[in-house]
Amino acid sequence: MNEFGIINLSRRDFLKAGAGLTLGVTVPSLAQMPGQGGRSVVAAGALEPNAFVRIGTDNTVTVIVKHLEMGQGTYTGLPTLVAEELDADWGQIRVEGAPADASRYNNLFLGALQGTGGSTALANSYEQMRKAGAAARAMLLAAAAERWNVAPDSITIARGAVMHLPSNRRTNFGQLAASAAKLPVPKEVQLKDPKDFALIGRRVTRTDSRAKSNGTAIYTQDVKLPGMLTALVAHPPRFGGKPKSFDAAKAKAVKGVVDVVAIPQGVAVLAHDFWSAKKGRDALAVEWDESGAFKLGSAEIMAEYKNLAATPGLPARKEGDLPGAFARAAKTLEAAYEFPYLAHACMEPMNCVVKLSADACEIWNGEQFQSIDQPEVAAVLGMKPEQVKLNMLFAGGSFGRRANPHADYLVEAVQIAKGIDGRAPVKLVWTREDDMRAGHYRPMYYHALKAGLDAQGNIVAWQHRIVGQSILAGTAFEGMMVKDGIDATSVEGAANLPYAVPNLGVELHSPKMGVPVQWWRSVGSTHTAFSTETFLDELAAAAGKDPYQVRRTLLAKSPRHKTVLEMAATEADWTTPLVSARVGDRRGRGIAVHESFNTVVAQVAEVTVKRDGSYRVDRVMCAVDCGLAVNPDVVRAQMESGIVYGLTAAMYGAITLKDGVVEQSNFHDYMPLRMNEMPRIGVYIARSSEKPTGVGEPATPVIAPAVANALFAATGKPIRSLPIRIQT
Amino acid sequence: MITLNVNGKPMSVDADPDTPLLWVLRDHLGMTGTKYGCGMALCGACTVHVSGQPARSCSTSLAAVAGKRITTIEGIGQTKEGRVLQEAWIANDVPQCGYCQSGQIMSAAALLAKVKRPTDAEIESAMSGNVCRCGTYNRISLAVRQASRNLK
Ligand code: FES
Ligand code: FES
Repeated sequence: MNEFGIINLSRRDFLKAGAGLTLGVTVPSLAQMPGQGGRSVVAAGALEPNAFVRIGTDNTVTVIVKHLEMGQGTYTGLPTLVAEELDADWGQIRVEGAPADASRYNNLFLGALQGTGGSTALANSYEQMRKAGAAARAMLLAAAAERWNVAPDSITIARGAVMHLPSNRRTNFGQLAASAAKLPVPKEVQLKDPKDFALIGRRVTRTDSRAKSNGTAIYTQDVKLPGMLTALVAHPPRFGGKPKSFDAAKAKAVKGVVDVVAIPQGVAVLAHDFWSAKKGRDALAVEWDESGAFKLGSAEIMAEYKNLAATPGLPARKEGDLPGAFARAAKTLEAAYEFPYLAHACMEPMNCVVKLSADACEIWNGEQFQSIDQPEVAAVLGMKPEQVKLNMLFAGGSFGRRANPHADYLVEAVQIAKGIDGRAPVKLVWTREDDMRAGHYRPMYYHALKAGLDAQGNIVAWQHRIVGQSILAGTAFEGMMVKDGIDATSVEGAANLPYAVPNLGVELHSPKMGVPVQWWRSVGSTHTAFSTETFLDELAAAAGKDPYQVRRTLLAKSPRHKTVLEMAATEADWTTPLVSARVGDRRGRGIAVHESFNTVVAQVAEVTVKRDGSYRVDRVMCAVDCGLAVNPDVVRAQMESGIVYGLTAAMYGAITLKDGVVEQSNFHDYMPLRMNEMPRIGVYIARSSEKPTGVGEPATPVIAPAVANALFAATGKPIRSLPIRIQT
Repeated sequence: MITLNVNGKPMSVDADPDTPLLWVLRDHLGMTGTKYGCGMALCGACTVHVSGQPARSCSTSLAAVAGKRITTIEGIGQTKEGRVLQEAWIANDVPQCGYCQSGQIMSAAALLAKVKRPTDAEIESAMSGNVCRCGTYNRISLAVRQASRNLK
């Protein structure tokens, strides 16, 4: 055992057939989650090792990745860190998803928890994975020195080749693996000086591109176990409904249907294949108990929120003397903003495969939150969490959805498997309609903003009231992240407004509604970035100032914000007027900047508004400061991705309720952005030698205010509710 | 028993004639490269070729393809369009979650088989039926253009 805790696991039970050298890294003193103020938890059994690298005698280097690959690039980024310090050749890298074991695979930013989220995957692994690679390298080097009987420092390792240049000898990792496995782990390892990086900071190709281009990548939807049944569930039409009674006769008469069972979530139809299960479900007659069902519509919910916003909420931030500042202000402006529920609508609808035996439960899933899923599933079965084995497969998107704080769809699948006494493995499949109507949405919100300007148009007072359901209430995170009634995720991006405003108040109301809600790509910033960044443009307009220059001035003490803001403005030629291609078209340019998950993103959007009120986003210039960009191309891809995801929501996204029933069902009424609507996108990465910060989410919240500000510039009419509707 | 030809191989299936081709491929023939995304011909994740034409397999019944020639993502690499497209997809790291990409490549392959050098507008109209929630659209159009140039 050395100072950072790498131990040699080769002779332990982690040794697999064909593996030569396996290294583990113990849990270091747990890092603090950024923004959570000094929380520090030490995992029980912190000396328990966790394996990250396996070097086979076949010269492959397998990196065991603890984070879900859902598109954001973990299966490329984390292996890059190992390969860098190991001096491996990128072509010899293989990737394996880690099993559920929080003692080895915990997220260092989430304390003792194993899970993927909050754009933390690469950031929390940055040193851990490099150390794992460096230790393996040192052992390979020692094994070569011993074999050749030469001084270790006379050996060179580069791109997977181990060389002794003076004697012109050469070997590879595979040939050294077995002897390296017998050596002690070095007392300490030296990590590379960043100037010597060969892979970090450059583009390496994604490890999963090939399998995802030829149909061989395996998702949960593709898992087929011997004897497995496919289950579809008839869910209650309203949240909170329960099955009262059902008639299974017609469903059971469908060829291929094997069983029909009631579960707490509804009634499940099990069949040999999807289509039979679907026909069986269509034939099923269920009567629902709606005594506890939620029956409000979106309009009623919003009306209630509006009323609440007229009253003071709980303080989330208080600076200076707000009433005094408003009293002295030369001019006061107010604006209110409305945000709908949003579904994640991952390309792969939720699904889960479960195999039960007397003393174990094995699950195949796009597994995102092991430390929640294990105990939730175990509780259903009366098992211990460690009896639940989780296989982490590729996820066809998540955007937060698969990290459900109640393991909702896993539990549903397990209930079905339990309902047939584990007689067969079960694959729960949600149709697109099931997925769209299952809740766990980004909450609806209402924001009321009020600002005071002095005679020169400077902002002297800023009051921000937010109304919306708490995401964390009733979850395992409530104790951790809800303080004095303030859910940190409801006010993030607003309570930490970066602008230098002397008198400032942020307040929160967290009404309860019977609609299940959840984090959605960039969480609180999805709404706070919009209201703060568009309101700021309204204030700039009222003061007759340039919105870019207003931001520059107010961000004088926030260098990262200022840098990306200036980069985006420069790339967009901010001062050059836009020209219209057609008479009657109005064009506009808008800017927005926002920090989320320790990454700062600025975007300039350019739009064209046609005479009929339709518009298109022509171009987006995006600048990002994410610390050191480990893989600049993956950073670019995530910026592009976040922009499309955020733009989709800005243009079309709305889940609405009528008498408690979700009105949307599929991609015709919950519309995704398509290729013909794509803006050109330019991504510019700020130079930085700081530790990497996340990129999966931070581009998402910036695009809606950038576009709304561009439309405001083009039409003179502010956009105050999403999705965007242009008034003609 | 209904017979069809999938990727050059004759296959027979014992399923109801109303079963969508998507589920025939996935559940009866064990070919899982073709994906389910919406079941309503709205997303293109399930795109295959039927007699060389792109088709949404979720909305194409088994009965309708009896005796027909089907190409799926598992077989498209055997065609020259499929090969250059897959190469361009990998070279540009197009996929993110990857779930939509089988359908994207099948739509692109059908386009290139018909129009060797498509214009941007032709690419847009051929590909706009395919949804990508990860937002890889700009890379997709880049890769299609690159593949088109590599098509001898
Ligand atoms: S699954 Fe066929 S088009 Fe969506
Ligand atoms: S790559 Fe994820 S949906 Fe297209």
